Amino acid sequence: MEADKQPTSYYIDRRIDGWTDEWTCSQLQGVHHESALANPIVQPSFVAFENLCISPRYLCSVLTMEDYTSGSDSDYTKYWIDWFLGSKGNEYFCEVDEDYILDRFNLTGLNTEVQYYSQALDLITDNLDETLDEEMRDIVEKSARHLYGLIHARFIITTHGLTKMLEKFKKCDFGRCPRVLCHSHPLLPVALSDIPYTKSVKLFCCRCEDIYNPKSTRHASIDGAYFGCSFPHMLFQVYPQLVPPKSTDRYVPRIFGFKLHDVAKQHRYQDMVREESHARIMAGIEGLPSGPTAPASSSAKEQQLKNKAEGSPSVASESGAMADIN
Amino acid sequence: MSAHDHQQQQLKQQQQQMRVNDIHDEEEEEEEEEEEEENEQLQGEYAGEDYYGSDVSNDSGTESMPWIAWFCSLGGHQYFAEVADDFVEDDFNLTGLNSIVPFYKEALEMILDLEPEEDSTKVPDVSIVEASAEQLYGLIHQRFIVTRQGLQQMADKYQAGHFGSCPRTYCQSTNVVPCGRYDLPGVETVKLYCPNCQDIYSPPSSRFHNLDGAYFGTTFAHMLFHIYPELVPNIPNKIYAPAIYGFKISEYSRCGPRMQWLRNKQDPNLLDVTGKLIKDDENAK
Ligand SMILES: [Zn+2]
Ligand SMILES: [Zn+2]
Repeated sequence: MEADKQPTSYYIDRRIDGWTDEWTCSQLQGVHHESALANPIVQPSFVAFENLCISPRYLCSVLTMEDYTSGSDSDYTKYWIDWFLGSKGNEYFCEVDEDYILDRFNLTGLNTEVQYYSQALDLITDNLDETLDEEMRDIVEKSARHLYGLIHARFIITTHGLTKMLEKFKKCDFGRCPRVLCHSHPLLPVALSDIPYTKSVKLFCCRCEDIYNPKSTRHASIDGAYFGCSFPHMLFQVYPQLVPPKSTDRYVPRIFGFKLHDVAKQHRYQDMVREESHARIMAGIEGLPSGPTAPASSSAKEQQLKNKAEGSPSVASESGAMADIN
Repeated sequence: MSAHDHQQQQLKQQQQQMRVNDIHDEEEEEEEEEEEEENEQLQGEYAGEDYYGSDVSNDSGTESMPWIAWFCSLGGHQYFAEVADDFVEDDFNLTGLNSIVPFYKEALEMILDLEPEEDSTKVPDVSIVEASAEQLYGLIHQRFIVTRQGLQQMADKYQAGHFGSCPRTYCQSTNVVPCGRYDLPGVETVKLYCPNCQDIYSPPSSRFHNLDGAYFGTTFAHMLFHIYPELVPNIPNKIYAPAIYGFKISEYSRCGPRMQWLRNKQDPNLLDVTGKLIKDDENAK
């Protein structure tokens, strides 16, 4: 499209667009460093980086404006990652630290996963030789996006990566849970398989602990392997304070105000499962080293008996009301 | 006749203008919607900015279009069934609505495409009657879609996928139906009920975020699957199990799973009234 006509301004235009959005977004939402500072796992060096990660964007745009006006293309290749992050549909990705990419140890094994690995890596790090023809450049471009995704999956479960994704989580960059009773809780990207080209990315809600399909088709087609199966759970292991209190709220279907008999039965079953697991957890936490199974089963039985005792009277009154419907 | 036509046209244009404004606001609010809007606009019929003005261009065709058909054809009204004229004309079906809907008489005339009476010209602004007509239609709709005829229409729309699909991954794009959590208007917007996970979701597109849930009501969704049980999909029950590096997170962990009960679905035929598995009882004996 435009890119074909003006190859030199390709990155520049896209980058400015992407930058403006993100900038206004962080301006409006405010950037939260408090929790990062408060958390002992986050090293001070990172916080410094975190501050930098906003200011270079500002600098970048100034530089690019200059590039644009002066017509110089000496600098624009530095910013492949910025271009990538600013492109529509890539909103879920965070910026992988340059240091992380440059450390070959972190990329172990990726050379066999990605075609034209070294050119792709050169493109990501903005060292690619400009003499490639257009067709080849497209192939390398595609490989670079794939490689960036795979590096991204590894990066976001490191300390730096988790904190970067945390900022995006707080800005609701991954959308909100569509479940009504989750009250628009922010989501996190997750994979169902770590192997590339198997499953597209899903969104995890830590309130209902379930996974959802992204709303937009652009996001729904992103490879899940670029985020990995572990990421959201790793984030909550590191920042357990982010786990919201769990609610027992549940949607109750009704016909002319009456509960449905079958649904009521299922709900009682679910309540039983929940209470059993709660009992198991409480017993397990008290006597964890000695093995949680023995106390758990006995307390679960108690719970069941208790349930039965509590459940029976209400059941009778309800089944009477349901006679009209079933 | 010509005066009536003129008024009708004026009304339509006003409403269309309102709708267009709404859409522009929404686009600003929610970027993600842009894509959907773009896609739909590209699909021929709705070209460019005149998304809702599409029927202005072929006025000759829509001039004779009944109000109800026109209303249901508007963008963002895909969830509505076309209420049968004789249902609206039967006063019994409208019992109590005159006390809820302002300008009830004028609104009803508009819905039924009746010539307004002489003294009804006192109405300050046509857009007020438009709003009343929308609310009145919505509340009649709530009652219509739980009748045999209404259910049949909605079942057809359900099977045609007019209401979209469940966002929950393990529901494998089960079709959803619109529902409300309240039967009174003005409380909450429309939600979508999934018969597989038996849960409710917000519509993905913000154009439905102004649609009153009362226009679908609390009963309809469940009545539909009660009358047409074959519409309930048979999808294997799957619960998401969080894992790190392939190892399931223990429930003893501080951030271990706590909500798995919510998606634990059991065939009601295998449960006794207290919710216990019938098999369990037999084993215990
Ligand atoms: Zn949720
Ligand atoms: Zn569902």
